[in-house]
Amino acid sequence: MSAEPGTAVWFARHEARLAGRDWLAMMTAGRPERLRRAAIAIAVFVIFMHIVAYWMVGRYANAAPDQETLVMITGSALLSWLLMISQAMESTTRAFYARSDLDLILASPVQTSKLFAVRIATVALASTMMALPLAAPFINVLVVLGGPRWLGAYGLIVAMGAAATALAVGLTVALFRVVGAKRTRFVAQVVAAVIGAAFVIGLQVAAILSYGTISRLAVLQSDTVLAHAPGTGSMMWWPARAALGDPVALVIVLAASLVLLAAAIAIVAPRFGEYAVAAGGVGYGAVARARRQAAFRPTSPRRALRRKEWMLLLRDPWLMSQTLMQMLYLVPPAVLLWRNFGTGNAALQLLVPVLVMAAGQLGGGLAWLAISGEDAPDLVATAPIPARFILVAKIEAVLGSIAVVFAPLIVALAFASPWHALVTGCGIVIAALAATAIQLWFRSQAKRSQFRRRQVSSRLATFAEAFSSIGWAATAAVAAAAIPLAIAPALLALLVLAGAWFMSPRLRNA
Amino acid sequence: MTDRAVIPDFALEIRGLVKRFERPAVDGLDLNVRAGEFYALVGPNGAGKTTTLRIIAGLVRPDAGTIHVAGHDVLARPEAAKRVMAWISDEPMIYDKLTPREYLEFVAGLWDVAPAVAAARAAALLDWLDLEPHADERCEGFSKGMRQKVALAGALVHEPRVIILDEPLTGLDAGSARQVKTVLRDRVRAGGTVIMTTHILEVAERMADRIGIIARGKLIAEGTLEDLRRQAVSKVNANANGDASLEDTFLALTAEQAAAA
Repeated sequence: MSAEPGTAVWFARHEARLAGRDWLAMMTAGRPERLRRAAIAIAVFVIFMHIVAYWMVGRYANAAPDQETLVMITGSALLSWLLMISQAMESTTRAFYARSDLDLILASPVQTSKLFAVRIATVALASTMMALPLAAPFINVLVVLGGPRWLGAYGLIVAMGAAATALAVGLTVALFRVVGAKRTRFVAQVVAAVIGAAFVIGLQVAAILSYGTISRLAVLQSDTVLAHAPGTGSMMWWPARAALGDPVALVIVLAASLVLLAAAIAIVAPRFGEYAVAAGGVGYGAVARARRQAAFRPTSPRRALRRKEWMLLLRDPWLMSQTLMQMLYLVPPAVLLWRNFGTGNAALQLLVPVLVMAAGQLGGGLAWLAISGEDAPDLVATAPIPARFILVAKIEAVLGSIAVVFAPLIVALAFASPWHALVTGCGIVIAALAATAIQLWFRSQAKRSQFRRRQVSSRLATFAEAFSSIGWAATAAVAAAAIPLAIAPALLALLVLAGAWFMSPRLRNA
Repeated sequence: MTDRAVIPDFALEIRGLVKRFERPAVDGLDLNVRAGEFYALVGPNGAGKTTTLRIIAGLVRPDAGTIHVAGHDVLARPEAAKRVMAWISDEPMIYDKLTPREYLEFVAGLWDVAPAVAAARAAALLDWLDLEPHADERCEGFSKGMRQKVALAGALVHEPRVIILDEPLTGLDAGSARQVKTVLRDRVRAGGTVIMTTHILEVAERMADRIGIIARGKLIAEGTLEDLRRQAVSKVNANANGDASLEDTFLALTAEQAAAA
């Protein structure tokens, strides 16, 4: 049965086909013959997640809807919901600014409001579908051990996806009206990053200040929160009750969320085209001026390359917001450091792996930008300097950026414990170098604007980068405790690097 | 010793150049371009023009053959060869987040040009190419023509002896195209060498001192427009006469290759 062209159903089928192919390309890295391997990897992941879920939530399967349970479920749901809002905001912003097929559709005689209604619904679906694979193992374990009442949690996730999208669309449109098309892209990215990170960071900071631990659960389980929480009959607990299988609460929460989404679609979809047109005009009308230079600064090829990398990094709002997101997670360790300053507290031990891990992740992103995300590869390649010279300059740019970010923390740490500072410093350099090396082995030329899709281009590199960072973080943590066993995680991290090197396209194509 | 000891007569010398991808892209190419010459390389789509230029620029490694640019062996001493040449592709690769002035400063840094010299040259180029009013605006909002002019300024800021351009006029409006052509002719008048590919045969006809026709990776004809007309008449017979345009001559010379393809 074929739908009438230009109708919402027709657009939905078009979007579904594109989304399906995108998903397939993402899972198979563009090679359909990898589908079987991807399916096996997914199956392994699902089994692994169910084991993790059993270990983490199995004991709560028969929890009664008392205040403590309601607080925990609400807190966890709120955390996930904020991340969903953040994700939905990013998707909505992308829908405004990414041109792709928008020019074709906006130039066609169809009623675009139908397409945008479908696109907003797609954002809601994507937000829900992204949360489901992570939540499903936990819900399944609870259903098996605690009974079908826990199936209500699936309904709660659908409601959260719908409500998060409605709020994200509303927020993005509000930003569009308040700060204008030119600034919305950057501001929305920052707001999305802050929303996504704020709650978890807030809980961690509260836990550090109140209990000296970085665990966010400490706050949710504290007597203070329980004492100030409303009674179990309060409306505030409806979402948690819905997850616990209360049918009335589930229907109310689900219906309210879907009505909210429908209202957002009805209000925003007819004007979405105008916003997209306004966003499309930004590139032509906006002129960013730099401070006029009187004369050229003395430089060398190496310095010119470094300076260029830093200048581009500082001037790209998308990249800055991505980096800001990573930097925000350094706030809790910084607070922990400040709280334990001068006390010689063993909590400092916790800082070492957090900082090393963060450096590895940040290093990987920056290395991708410097090595793969070169917008003028021909220019740099035709410069009269050896290729290794270019490479060294780019690595220097990456390490320089890492140094700027982490040096203040290392200096502060040195005042509290020179040994911890030394180990952390070494760990940061090694983790950043390892991430850079992985990016080097897996480099494939791309535009800087494709930064957010870098994980998709090589999942192997992404996993190698993550495991390498974890390995070096573990090494630093053990070494900071002056335990010779640090050699074990270090060997594992080296093994990860060796594996990445053996599987890298550079070696295979050599 | 791989570099020529005396000042070379040829800005570019290619011998037996071979590059295969899935099929031969360049197939035993021999080519000489004299210093101070404007040389246009024309040919049908997929003839191997861009691959040849990318090999000369050091962006693609050939399977066989030798290349000398201004006497420097491109394969043995790439840095020395790169120092005297500039490469511009049909899709100008510049940095959106840099201004033209900053871009020129960056390029001058890569070629290690003294700051004072580079600043003076940059000012002259920005003025010459009418970029001065936009010199401190980021390139992200620039049109294709403006971007191409920024790339051209970058190519000239280190005063290369050989400029290699791949379809430099593609997508440019009439004004920008004329400006680019003027800049290139001026460089040749000043003693520089320009080697470019183009599929706009009128451009090759009007601007080039000599034209090379490449098909299926081989140079099938070369010379001035007059030479090419003669070759078309003698080799292919065809209907090429003394007044035939480059287009007629080109089609006559490449007809055999097209039929074989």
